[in-house]
Amino acid sequence: MSPDQLEHTTPDAAAIKDLIGCPHCDALYVVRLPEHGGRAVCTHCHTVLIAPRKKAGKKMIALTLTVMILVIAAMFFPFIDINASGFGNSTSILDAASSFRSGYMVFLSVLVAAAILFVPLLRTILTLYVLVPVVRDRPPLPHARRAFRWSQELKPWAMAEIFAIGCAVALVKVQDLAHVGLGPAFWMFAALVVLVLINDNFLCTWSVWKSLELEED
Amino acid sequence: MACRRCSRVWPMGQARCDRCGSKLVSRDTRSLQKVWAWWIAGVIAYIPANIYPMLVTNTLVYRSENTIVGGAVEVAHHGAYGVAAIILIASVLIPVGKFLAIAFLAITAQRGTSVTPRARTHLFEIVEFIGRWSMIDVFVVAILSSLVQLSVVASIRPGPAALTFAISVICTMLSAQSFDSRLIWDAVSRQQPRKTP
Ligand SMILES: [Zn+2]
Ligand SMILES: [Zn+2]
Repeated sequence: MSPDQLEHTTPDAAAIKDLIGCPHCDALYVVRLPEHGGRAVCTHCHTVLIAPRKKAGKKMIALTLTVMILVIAAMFFPFIDINASGFGNSTSILDAASSFRSGYMVFLSVLVAAAILFVPLLRTILTLYVLVPVVRDRPPLPHARRAFRWSQELKPWAMAEIFAIGCAVALVKVQDLAHVGLGPAFWMFAALVVLVLINDNFLCTWSVWKSLELEED
Repeated sequence: MACRRCSRVWPMGQARCDRCGSKLVSRDTRSLQKVWAWWIAGVIAYIPANIYPMLVTNTLVYRSENTIVGGAVEVAHHGAYGVAAIILIASVLIPVGKFLAIAFLAITAQRGTSVTPRARTHLFEIVEFIGRWSMIDVFVVAILSSLVQLSVVASIRPGPAALTFAISVICTMLSAQSFDSRLIWDAVSRQQPRKTP
């Protein structure tokens, strides 16, 4: 049992505003902020409820901006090139996304493009839109709450990191067919994967919701 | 009553969360119906994904059509056991494991089980986390078919399985998302009132 675990409560014992309900098992707790770097965990199911980080906002913004630049840059550079018997070809991420051209396969193209480009990009825009005013101690922009909810709901559909692993698998698969090399965009994507993972780790959704609520009141 | 998205608590009877705007439901009674509907769709789409070819390779000497498992076997023949393992895990083990795990969670949420709720919550978290990784094979097909277009020497085209496989992954992701994990804990509080110190 960690010292930061929250206390159980009955619904009337505290002002309703100071309560937090575990999204996984519905247990109610009185909010008690853990120290920076610590985390509040649900005693029932061990879901992490609150995990504030020092200067998390500024770090998040820096990371999100980097992710945004990397995604945009990766679109325009080739990420794999191939050579066999004098014929050569190089592929950018846009090429890969639009590779299903015939008939019903177009649906798949749209899907791949959304998962590896548009959803990750949209999430960075939404995150910046929400966080920049909060970090600069300004009132949130209009519809900031909706923007933050969308960015959270889109999270499982952003698959840039899975695409990066897919590149590595594809490389091995064509090795005996042709000579393959990695382009600059591949390394951008590799960096992106690391950043996305760090970024999601930094974000304490509860803290963001709390600050959006405080500032809009 | 707690919001499932932002964990803000509201009095009973409120319809919408004022903080994040998502709909409040004490218990999503239709949750299990949705879970099963997406689950069945996912299983149905997964069958042709394994029968039809995922990749169609044309070279000067041969033309080959590879199913998911066939592709992994071929890669293993070339000695790349690690990659073969990745393909098999991502395209066979994870999807089948997910089907079983979701079915187990949905059935036990209704009937009760000796497996502790905490263990089942962990299982649910794993299912939610790992499901997206099945998309890897679809991305590999996308990369290969855009990359390997070398005139007559070699070309790769996507097969119909790529589409049904993607649909299957999406359906199972939606199935897992519609599962109301609080149902796991409800069965417990029905048997013994939840202790609150
Ligand atoms: Zn909990
Ligand atoms: Zn809410």
